[in-house]
Amino acid sequence: MFYREAGDFKTSYRADSQTFPIRLDRMGYVAALVVAYGIVPFVIDDYWANAVFVPFLIYAIAAIGLNILVGYAGQVSLGTGGFMAVGAYAVYKLMTAFPDVPILIHVLLAGGITAAVGVLFGLPSLRIKGFYLAVATLAAQFFLVWLFNKVPWFYNYSASGQITAPERTMFGIFITGAQTTAAAKYLFCLIILTLVALMARNLTRGTVGRKWMAIRDMDIAAEIIGVNPLSAKVTAFAVSSFFIGIAGALLFSVYLGAAEVGEAFGINKSFLILFMVIIGGLGSIFGSFAGAAFLVLLPVFLKNVLVGGFGWPTDVAAHLELMIVGALIVVFLIVEPHGLAQLWRIAKEKLRLWPFPH
Amino acid sequence: MKKSFAALAAAAMLATTVPAMADLTVPNLSYRTGSYAANGIPYADGFADYFTLLNERDGGIGGEKVAVPECETAYNTEKGVECYESTKGQAALAYNPLSTGITYQLIPKVTADHHVLYTPGYGRTSSANGAVFEWVFNYPANYWDGASVAVKYMLSQNGDDLKGKKVALVYHNSAYGKEPIRTLEELAKKHGFELVTIAVDPPGQEQKSQWLQIRREKPDYVLMWGWGVMNQVAIQEAVNIKFPMDHMIGVWWSGSENDVGPAGEGANGYKALSFHGVGSDYPIYADLKKYVFDAGKAAGAGDNLGNVLYSRGMYAAMIISEAIKTAQEKTGHAAVTPEEVRDGFENLNLTEARLTELGLPGFAQEIHATCADHGGPGTAMILQWDAAAKKWSAVSDWIEADKDVLDPLIAEDSAAFAKEGGIAERCK
Repeated sequence: MFYREAGDFKTSYRADSQTFPIRLDRMGYVAALVVAYGIVPFVIDDYWANAVFVPFLIYAIAAIGLNILVGYAGQVSLGTGGFMAVGAYAVYKLMTAFPDVPILIHVLLAGGITAAVGVLFGLPSLRIKGFYLAVATLAAQFFLVWLFNKVPWFYNYSASGQITAPERTMFGIFITGAQTTAAAKYLFCLIILTLVALMARNLTRGTVGRKWMAIRDMDIAAEIIGVNPLSAKVTAFAVSSFFIGIAGALLFSVYLGAAEVGEAFGINKSFLILFMVIIGGLGSIFGSFAGAAFLVLLPVFLKNVLVGGFGWPTDVAAHLELMIVGALIVVFLIVEPHGLAQLWRIAKEKLRLWPFPH
Repeated sequence: MKKSFAALAAAAMLATTVPAMADLTVPNLSYRTGSYAANGIPYADGFADYFTLLNERDGGIGGEKVAVPECETAYNTEKGVECYESTKGQAALAYNPLSTGITYQLIPKVTADHHVLYTPGYGRTSSANGAVFEWVFNYPANYWDGASVAVKYMLSQNGDDLKGKKVALVYHNSAYGKEPIRTLEELAKKHGFELVTIAVDPPGQEQKSQWLQIRREKPDYVLMWGWGVMNQVAIQEAVNIKFPMDHMIGVWWSGSENDVGPAGEGANGYKALSFHGVGSDYPIYADLKKYVFDAGKAAGAGDNLGNVLYSRGMYAAMIISEAIKTAQEKTGHAAVTPEEVRDGFENLNLTEARLTELGLPGFAQEIHATCADHGGPGTAMILQWDAAAKKWSAVSDWIEADKDVLDPLIAEDSAAFAKEGGIAERCK
């Protein structure tokens, strides 16, 4: 009744092909932005920022990055953790080498370096596909982690091999280091996420995105209609790694503050982000958000309910949490293999017909 | 439905941030799950049981009950951050995360938020320099002390001469395992032995290639910096290649019953460092049995009484409670703040007489902390495993670390940290 296209007249091509063609969607989008920028920063505290919002925002960036590669271009990757490590170590080297440059520039440069590394490891995708490509990217994961552990230059020869984010500011406001306020951390990540999401959305709607999807759906057919597989695959790896590198840089510098490559960027991270993409929905920007939210918030929520609410022992709660999250993943994939994004799509379809389904 | 779920989620998350009122809060950032659970459980039990004993027997510390909210980290740094953030609002007096990775993350945070971080025998070694690390304490001993004590013990076994000997370090490939390398390199230079470092990627369930390398290198001694399942596997592999067990020395984190148990008889003679006594022969265990175990208030399954890591958890709890007591005596009131507890840590004067009073005679070394000295005496002893009796027994007296080598290294590392963070040195 309220949620419908009827009566929402489009008078230009621009209006017709906008991201949110339905008025209620547009209002929801604007409302979400207003809440995210106008209300949350004023009420957020350290716990909400560090346990909920900042990890959610950062993982959403990573999930968007991986979704471009896996969901849009159809290239399976298990190297996400390694590429995040590239972002983290790049931003660390830049932060310590050029302390006066604003941190945002370092983060973007770290993304750029990761993009270059991603292209390098993406080159095999021209020859190998599917599971074989997954194994090749798995090699990238292990190689990169080994590299950052092995070569002391990357961690500035510190005794423990840990990298620690020094305090850095932008416009006089602390963005990294212990003095950073919850709001600053949150807003910094939110701004980057907004830019990344807008960029990803518009890339995937344009020529580049259509090429990716053509390659994904059938690479031979795509080649016949004039899509260059080299440029399509390489751009997919570059853009995806750029976003993932940004996420890695933020994870280390803004969120964790100190990191150890094997622990923070191990194979588990690759799987976590791949699960986010699969549960959220392949080939959907909204799905990336939903998947990240699901896998970041659910454990925290369960922990607080089981330990904080019911007062259960922490080990029982931790094991139950693993079981519940695992079971939910299986249930989701059986009930809706296309992820949370598809559920959302179905819900919207139903809403359009409501209250008179025919 | 969506909204009600969101509201429920919000309510549940808020529920944990409400502070527990009028108690002394010492969060227990423990790990009872994951690949390190076997070692995390006894430590967490010892830590919790000691505070339970204080609450049950003495009514807390200075008449103030101690709350020990537990938070599961699974040895994971991200969960560690979440645990820290969710407990710091409760005026937490001291943190003891039992993870070098989490410690590195918390050092800047506790410095900004003013909470004490107490890392006995782990964490960042250079935090022994109180002039730079105001909020971090790591007495009685740190990794570099451990490395030096192990080398001194080897010297004593070889007529004070290690020239031409070969020492292999098998280490957990993480911040924790890498810590002693710098010191061992210095010591190798000083004493003329050759150091071979062999990394084991965590969690370390597969070490065939590392032990093949050891078989090829034929070291005279193997030092081990392991944790969790890595210890058990390494000791088993050492048994498999018939490495002489009494030439294998683990740091204090590689010497618990869990580590030697799986190798059975083969592990007989394995040596490990310790900075406190072990076993349940201390008078305090009578009280623990009466007030905690028989009353059914023991943490976990209650089956770790007296083992090495249980004793170590108890040691950490004992030091924290003594620091709180020192703070109470200094300020004259019982409900101390984190700032006052920090002063308590800095003025801690733990004597043998006090240890006897606590029911732990000869359990640990005396500690006389000062503004600059957050590192303590730096002594440790060597324990040896008797597989038949299933018991650790001391085979050396307290050995003091080689401060001539360590002090310049600590000064160098802490100066680098101070420079990086723009910290002015205190204690002048």
